[in-house]
Amino acid sequence: MRRLYYELFEAVRIAFAQISANKLRSMLTMLGVIIGIVAVTLMGTAILGIDAGVESSLAGFGDDVLYVSKRPWGNMTDWWNYRNRREIEHDYAQSLNQWIAEHTGTPLKIAVPTVMWRTNVFRGEYRVNGIMSFGTSADYGRIVRSDMKEGRFFSEIEARAARNVAVIGFDVADALFPGEEAVGKQIRVRSQQFTVVGVVVRQGSFLGMFSWDSQVIIPLDAFARLFPLRYAEQTIRVQIDMARREEAKDDLRGVMRRLRRLSPEKKDDFEINSQQVIREQIDPIKQKIALGGLFVTGLALFVGAIGIMNITYVSVKERTKEIGTRKALGARRRTILLQFLIEAVSICVLGGLGGLGLAWGLSVVVGVFMPSFPLVFSAALVLLGLSMSVATGVFSGFAPAWQASKLDPVVALRYE
Amino acid sequence: MSHPSPATSGVPRTIRPHGDLVIDIEGVTKLYKMGAETIHALRGVNVKIHRNEYLAIMGPSGSGKSTLMNMLGCLDTPSAGRYEFNRKNVATMSDDELADIRNREIGFVFQTFNLLPRSNALHNVELPLIYAGLGKHDRLEKARHALVNVGLGERMNHKPNELSGGQRQRVAIARALVNNPSIILADEPTGNLDSKTGEEIMALFERLYEQGNTIIVVTHEEDIARHARRIVRLRDGLIESDVTA
Repeated sequence: MRRLYYELFEAVRIAFAQISANKLRSMLTMLGVIIGIVAVTLMGTAILGIDAGVESSLAGFGDDVLYVSKRPWGNMTDWWNYRNRREIEHDYAQSLNQWIAEHTGTPLKIAVPTVMWRTNVFRGEYRVNGIMSFGTSADYGRIVRSDMKEGRFFSEIEARAARNVAVIGFDVADALFPGEEAVGKQIRVRSQQFTVVGVVVRQGSFLGMFSWDSQVIIPLDAFARLFPLRYAEQTIRVQIDMARREEAKDDLRGVMRRLRRLSPEKKDDFEINSQQVIREQIDPIKQKIALGGLFVTGLALFVGAIGIMNITYVSVKERTKEIGTRKALGARRRTILLQFLIEAVSICVLGGLGGLGLAWGLSVVVGVFMPSFPLVFSAALVLLGLSMSVATGVFSGFAPAWQASKLDPVVALRYE
Repeated sequence: MSHPSPATSGVPRTIRPHGDLVIDIEGVTKLYKMGAETIHALRGVNVKIHRNEYLAIMGPSGSGKSTLMNMLGCLDTPSAGRYEFNRKNVATMSDDELADIRNREIGFVFQTFNLLPRSNALHNVELPLIYAGLGKHDRLEKARHALVNVGLGERMNHKPNELSGGQRQRVAIARALVNNPSIILADEPTGNLDSKTGEEIMALFERLYEQGNTIIVVTHEEDIARHARRIVRLRDGLIESDVTA
């Protein structure tokens, strides 16, 4: 056992002496591994980045909330079937809350109506376009998980009185009130002035597709004065007990069918969505990236492995006499096998470290120039990269090392 | 054909009494297949070598001299016959068992020195001890001692290309000695050296013999063989003569 340890130590020493004696050759050989590891790491950072983006975006949804709307999320086909469905009325929320009050023990907790309209928001000279304006009840503040950066959510009384008060997203506040506090100041939505009562903390965007940071939330009745409710996108959000998710869905479906007066033989004409659906949408994208990345990475590593196998064969050939000498001095077969295997693995690990360094540098550069592009570096990725390097080294080094270990010492010593 | 007897070299020399039997070869043959042809490199060789012998193996090329040396050095195994090394049967040993015998019992000295070019003298001498599984401290102590013994105490940290031919061969001899082997097996040890340096190396072998080492020199030079106390001559795969002084 101790002997093996000394042999390993000696093998590592020789490997590094050999690499430093053939710097250019080793560098060129490493290139394939470097490219492979950069590919696998960047792919990994992208997947992790998407995950992080999804998580922070979904945080705005709240994972214990079901969304009743006309169409299912994520389904882009058959939209015409959903379009012609009856509207989801915002006062279903009231009926739902009534039902919840009558049925203690249901996993449904509270229903909140939301209506949405994309609009522009102004403050004096400043304006922001395409902002999601939500009309909702004061309960909205209770079911959304996001915290307030400053101020508060509007109150029950303000909502009932249809006061012109608004809670705004981080980006809206940033655009309209650069460098100042927004709370207490006025913004204009359509023709009316609203007083800002709160600013939501920054949540970040998801792949730049949409962001909870560019929203304005106002009382539903105030919303109704600005926009035609009939044509607004109406959704009922229902907070539930997450532990009883399926039961909650069933209850909600039952109540909704009753509210819509659907006879038993009729199909649902509404959809119950949850953020689960979004995750399910993202997963195949992640899988496709992973699959594509795997192919590119596999190809690059394979080419790299062939290069290393080739150079290890050359190394064995060049050092045949040395192998003979070592055998004459008492090196066993495993000693020689280990020596060349470790040499191949060392080249791969050095290449892997180089690749990881390069990938890390790239992810930092991308982070600086394109902050919304999701790249996340992690210890697990470093570990993955290194273990792939080692695997490549073993794969490419084994055949030549095996050949070296099997050399007949008499023949090897005679080799010139 | 008349050869000068080893005793006629003119220098008064010590002859140490023989010790235990180290090498016992009986009826050893070795066949090589070269394409369709079978070459009989050894055709039934009998040799006994004891501890404290100083022996030269001679013969023209093609005599089976190299084959016998490879056999003695446990680099090769016989096709038929008996070979016992320290009363252990070598003929049936596995590659790894042979490697261990070579490591512990045999010290090789090659014509071309066969030093590792990128390692200094000390590390070259240390190498067999690594394969023997010795700790760092013991290794360095033994390697230093061996180098001092061959007169290279001052050049331990030099790499082979910083040493002269004679010094390189001394490093190789130190490497052969370091594990305290049963025999030192030298294959044309002066073949790559000028005659003056060659004599110095032979003087070193003389001293090592007097210190109690068992030495086998394979050579085709009479001048070199003359240093030995016993000369075994081979011809056509058979022992032609075996003369002890």
